[in-house]
Formats: sequence, C-alpha cells, structure tokens
Amino acid sequence: MTPADTTTAIDCRDLTVRFHTERRAITALEGVSFTLQRGGFLSLLGPSGCGKSTLLRVVADLIAPSQGLVKVLGGTPEQARRERALGFVFQDAALLPWRTALQNVELPLEVGGASRRLPKGAPTPRELLNLVGLEGWEGSLPHELSGGMRQRVSIARALVSAPRILLMDEPFGALDEITRDRLNEELRRIWQEMRTTILFVTHSVYESVFLSEQVLVLAANPGRVKKLVSIDLPRERDLDIRDTEPFVRLAANLRTILGSSSHDRRDRQ
Amino acid sequence: MTAAIVSDVGPAEAEARFRVEQARLRLKRRLLPIAGIVGFILFWAALVYGLHVPPFVAPSPAAVVETLVVNLPKLMENLLPTAIEAVSGFLIGNLAAIVLATVFVHQKSLQEAFFPIVVLINTIPVVAKAPILVLLLGNGMEPKIAIAALICFFPTLVNMVRGLESVNPQAMELMRVLSASKAEVFFKLRLQNSLPYLFSALKIAASTAVIGAIVGEWIGSVTGIGALIIQAMYAFDSAMLYATVVVGSTFSVCFFLLISMIERLMVRWQPPVLH
Repeated sequence: MTPADTTTAIDCRDLTVRFHTERRAITALEGVSFTLQRGGFLSLLGPSGCGKSTLLRVVADLIAPSQGLVKVLGGTPEQARRERALGFVFQDAALLPWRTALQNVELPLEVGGASRRLPKGAPTPRELLNLVGLEGWEGSLPHELSGGMRQRVSIARALVSAPRILLMDEPFGALDEITRDRLNEELRRIWQEMRTTILFVTHSVYESVFLSEQVLVLAANPGRVKKLVSIDLPRERDLDIRDTEPFVRLAANLRTILGSSSHDRRDRQ
Repeated sequence: MTAAIVSDVGPAEAEARFRVEQARLRLKRRLLPIAGIVGFILFWAALVYGLHVPPFVAPSPAAVVETLVVNLPKLMENLLPTAIEAVSGFLIGNLAAIVLATVFVHQKSLQEAFFPIVVLINTIPVVAKAPILVLLLGNGMEPKIAIAALICFFPTLVNMVRGLESVNPQAMELMRVLSASKAEVFFKLRLQNSLPYLFSALKIAASTAVIGAIVGEWIGSVTGIGALIIQAMYAFDSAMLYATVVVGSTFSVCFFLLISMIERLMVRWQPPVLH
C-alpha cells in the first residue's frame, strides 16, 4: 500500500465512457482524471451533456467505464458498493411512496444481505431524521411531504449506513431557490458533522462555490475536464458569504471557465 | 365594497361556512346517483304503463320487484353456484396471472415466447371459448370456473407485468447501490409498486368473472343465474328474467365493492398517475 491509499477517497485515471445506441456511439466522458481526498467536498460543475452524472454513476458502480481506471477508497467501485462505503442521493428523492419517512430511511438496513446491520456507533435512522431537521415527520408518507422535505429524507437514507463517500446527483436541482439555499447551508453543516467525503453534481455556479472545497469544471460533447478550481473560502460559511468579494470573484472565475471557447477539443488548460 | 364585507368574516366563521359547504357537496354527491336510479325506474315504469307494453316483452318495475320477493329462495339457490364459480375463477385466474407476470418479469425470453399465445387466446370471444371448455371439462362447475378464470387472467397479467416493470429507475439504481438481491428488489420494490396496477385489474376482473360464470351456464346447465336467464327467456317470463339479471348484477357490484375496500386497506399511499 502506498501512503496515498489512506488519504485518497476517489482516484480516476483517464476515464472514458462510451454508450452505444442503435444509430451511433456517444462518448459521455473522455480522458477524465481527478482525485478526491478523504473528507473533501468536490463539486462536478458543467452544462448538461458533460457527463457529470455519468461520472458519479461510474464511481457508484452503476456504470462500467469503457477505458481507464477508477479507485474508490483504494479498491474497485464494486468493493466500495458491497462494503456500503457509498451513499447516493438522487435528483428526484426516489423515496418509496408506500413507506413512511422513517421506513424509507431504514430501507438500507433491510436489504443487501451481510451489509444490512447498523454500523456500531453510527446514528440511528431516527437520529438522522433529526439531523436533517425532520423531527416529528417520521410517520409521514412521501406524498405528505414537500419536495425539500423529501430530499431531506433521501439524504438521511443515504447517511444511514455511515458511508465514507456521499455521492449526490443534483439533489437540489428540482427545488425552489429558497429551499435550495437552506438545504445548501444544512449540507455544509452535515458534511462537517459527519466528516464524510462528498462528490456533488450540480449545474449551479453559486451552489458549487458555496458548498465545495474544490470544483471540477467539465465541458460537454464529449464530457471532459476543463479545470480544477480550489475554493479558498473559510470552512464555516453561511449564505451571506455569497455577497463577499472572494466569493463573487470565484463565481466569476468559474463562469469564465465554463463560458470559455471549447473549439479546441483537447483544451485542458 | 365586497372586500370589506369579506374581511368582516372571522376565521372561525369562515371555517364553519367552509364545513357547511363541504357537507352540502358531499350530500349532493351521494344523492345524485340515487336520484338518477329513481329517475330511470320512473322512466321505465312510465314507458311500460304508458305504451301498454305486454308483460312478455318487458315487465313493469313493480312486477320485477314482486317476482324478486316471491322467488327470492329460488334466486338465491341459483346464485350460489354462480357465485362459487365466479369467485373460484377469479381466484384461480388472477393467481395464475400474478405468478406468470412474476415469471415474465424475471425471464424476458419466456415473456417473448409465450406472450403472443396469451394474446391469441384472449382474442377468442368468451361465447366461443365456452363450448370448447364444456367439451373439455364436462358439464359440472369446472368449465364455468375455467371460463371465469380465463376472462380474469388476461387483464391482470398485462397490468401486473406493467406494475412490476414500471418502477422508478432511480429507485432501481438505489437498490443496486444498496447491493439488493433480485428477491429483495421484487419484494421491497416491484411487488409494492404493482399493487395499484393489480387492483385496477382486479376491479375489472370482479365483474367480468361473474359474466364468465353466467355465460358458461348458458351452455347446457340446469342451475345458476345463467341457466335461470335461459329458462326465463324461453318461458317469456320477462319479470323473472329481469329479476335474475338484478340478482346477478347486485352480486357483481358487491364483489366489486369488496375488492375496492381491500384496495383501500392495502394501498394507503398515493399511487403515481396510472397511464
């Protein structure tokens, strides 16, 4: 084992993913490389079609890469999945509509064979619902909850097996701005409390700057890395930080990178 | 000025008004169907009496009620075999459909091989299936049960396959991230997901099973609602014919309501919009 194995959460090397349809082959990702340290918070930012959701699904062992190497916590994505080291939050909360909020959070403890036990010392489903601010809603069915509350439940569900990496696929994309702001603040708090690693997909510049420690900017057609930007903002952040000069500068910088001409398909800066 | 008037109403009074309005609407919803039925019977009576329709063509509502009361033991005696056939056929047909749908969902190649045959059998009209099954199964209850089962089978199979397959793709991805087994995906996700689809098929099947049993009894049967219909028709006993029909459809309605009640107990969550 190299020392890197204990500090690196995700390591992607020259990752390429191609999909074959009846008419043609689509290159969703081409030569993507990046690393994410344990305990880090990295956002994948890019326009639609840049393969950011695909990248997340490769890490989650939902899609197999066509070429390249992915290491998750030093092993394969499949090992990480089987060890319950991964939590996934989907864009639509993907709650089971016949289960109450609490029963939805408990689902990971009921399936998956050997991995179903609650890890020792890990917060219980009830505690996690409290953590995401849903105390008193345990018995509600998903259709009785608002969109923001449903997404809170799905975050609690992803945290129930105490995953070392949380993968989030535009979790707040379908929410209104006010709810989204509040959940952004809470996600920062949860990340610090749970000391987990987060890989977060978004197409919002503000969200990526506010939430992350690093932003990986992707370009589309084919999906590829444009630039990795470090977000040098204080660890403790509230929404007011968005009006400060460093924040505005970082956001403007990301916007420039996103908008910069991509005529040169090999442009990797 | 109306705005000023509205603002005079306190919240308690506004709520009271709302409740009164709700109660009025609820009463209206219940009374209107009854008014429709009463109106229909009055219209029927007016036609029969006004046009002097002879009793062997169509009976008056009063004559049907009288026959119902006088012949109640006979009608009930004949309802029993029909009910047994319809309910047995309902259970067998739907159970077979649920099992086959489960197999189809897990073995796509079997679905591709056998689904066309199922469609083909379904295209044969019930009145044509009945004689075939009487020849095959004799003259007892078996062919009637078989017809009722066959008639229930197809809608349930189609709906059940769709219900088991139309799970939220992100929920499927979730199950994979959780390393769920095929059995866990089936029992935790697919089966629950299929319940609204299943019940919409079962509600159709509840009435068609009774139709199947009755049609089965038309062919060489001496007991049952179907046999009674044929006898009444040949005897030009229109009042008896109508009374038999009333008994048969009342049973269908009760069966349907029973299934609806079970649905309300089992599917408490709001199902996604069914297409």
